Amino acid sequence: MSDDHVDGNALAGDLREIFAVDLTTATGRCAGCGYRGSVATLRVYRNAPGLVARCPHCEEVVLRLVRGRDRAWLDLRGTVSLEIPLPS
Amino acid sequence: MFDVPGWPGHLPGQHVDVRLTAEDGYSVQRSYSISSAPDGNRVELAVQRVVDGEVSPYLCDVLSVGDKIELRGPVGGWFVWRPADQAPVTLVAGGSGIAPLMAMVRTRASEGSRVPFRLVYSVRTPDDVLFADELRRRARDDAGLDVRLVYTRQTPEGSPEPPGRLGVATLNTYGWPAEFTPNCFVCGPTGFVETVSDILVALGHDLRRVRTERFG
Ligand SMILES: Cc1cc2nc3c(=O)[nH]c(=O)nc-3n(C[C@H](O)[C@H](O)[C@H](O)COP(=O)(O)OP(=O)(O)OC[C@H]3O[C@@H](n4cnc5c(N)ncnc54)[C@H](O)[C@@H]3O)c2cc1C
Ligand SMILES: [Zn+2]
Repeated sequence: MSDDHVDGNALAGDLREIFAVDLTTATGRCAGCGYRGSVATLRVYRNAPGLVARCPHCEEVVLRLVRGRDRAWLDLRGTVSLEIPLPS
Repeated sequence: MFDVPGWPGHLPGQHVDVRLTAEDGYSVQRSYSISSAPDGNRVELAVQRVVDGEVSPYLCDVLSVGDKIELRGPVGGWFVWRPADQAPVTLVAGGSGIAPLMAMVRTRASEGSRVPFRLVYSVRTPDDVLFADELRRRARDDAGLDVRLVYTRQTPEGSPEPPGRLGVATLNTYGWPAEFTPNCFVCGPTGFVETVSDILVALGHDLRRVRTERFG
């Protein structure tokens, strides 16, 4: 698989399998530098074990998703908060 | 082109995840943008063959009419154009990055939208233009749609300009000026997308209005 990163938007399918709403349009805040932006704007690297999403501003890891056959691990240590739009 | 029973419809710009599973359970997954406008259960993908790739050669060469594959989607609510948004639109495609932008161009037409669109499409050679006939026809018939092709390796016969990379001057001339606060959608290989978004920001576009889809 390509070494080049893709956009957080590419996480949409895997996150949608876990959450009831589209998480890529949520606004996240980076624990490293305070950057606020849509999850879709993160830089996603796919060559690490699982998917690693880094802050486009400070490059710190803000989200990590590892999938196994029957479970997924979501590591959000690098995220202060997520503001998630809900269908009204 | 796929017929997906129970397809819920999609927004132009969204993608699907294609999963291939071998008999021993090994599976691989890749994302592909939807290139069609919403149309019942029909979903069109435009896949470019990556030599020695795991998934794209299978989709291009092995898969044939009547075969079934596993699709997940539509997904992604961010790289989408909503016809209700009246701001002018600049689309910039590199290679197969035309796919989701084609869905936007087609949806604009099927919805009867008058939002002004400008498409700048970078390809290596004239043979690499996807949707060539349809784009030629739409540039003529779809009022308010401008299409500009940029050839990086070889230009069509008789073209006055030499081939060259998409640069500041071309985007300045054939995209909307920043003062019009257009929505910009940029899609293609990661390096291409980086270059184009840097140029757009240098031309004064607000980064929040520049939406990107990197193919890797
Ligand atoms: C959100 C999203 C939407 C996408 N939409 C489309 C689409 O509409 N049409 C389309 O054709 N592709 C699209 N892609 C790219 C697609 O998902 C695959 O990456 C591509 O088809 C290559 O997969 P593969 O399994 O054939 O190659 P791999 O086995 O993944 O890679 C084989 C080799 O090719 C290189 N490589 C990988 N990807 C590319 C690439 N894109 N260009 C050049 N070299 C590459 C790798 O570094 C590796 O050396 C999209 C990607 C994303 C993230
Ligand atoms: Zn940060």
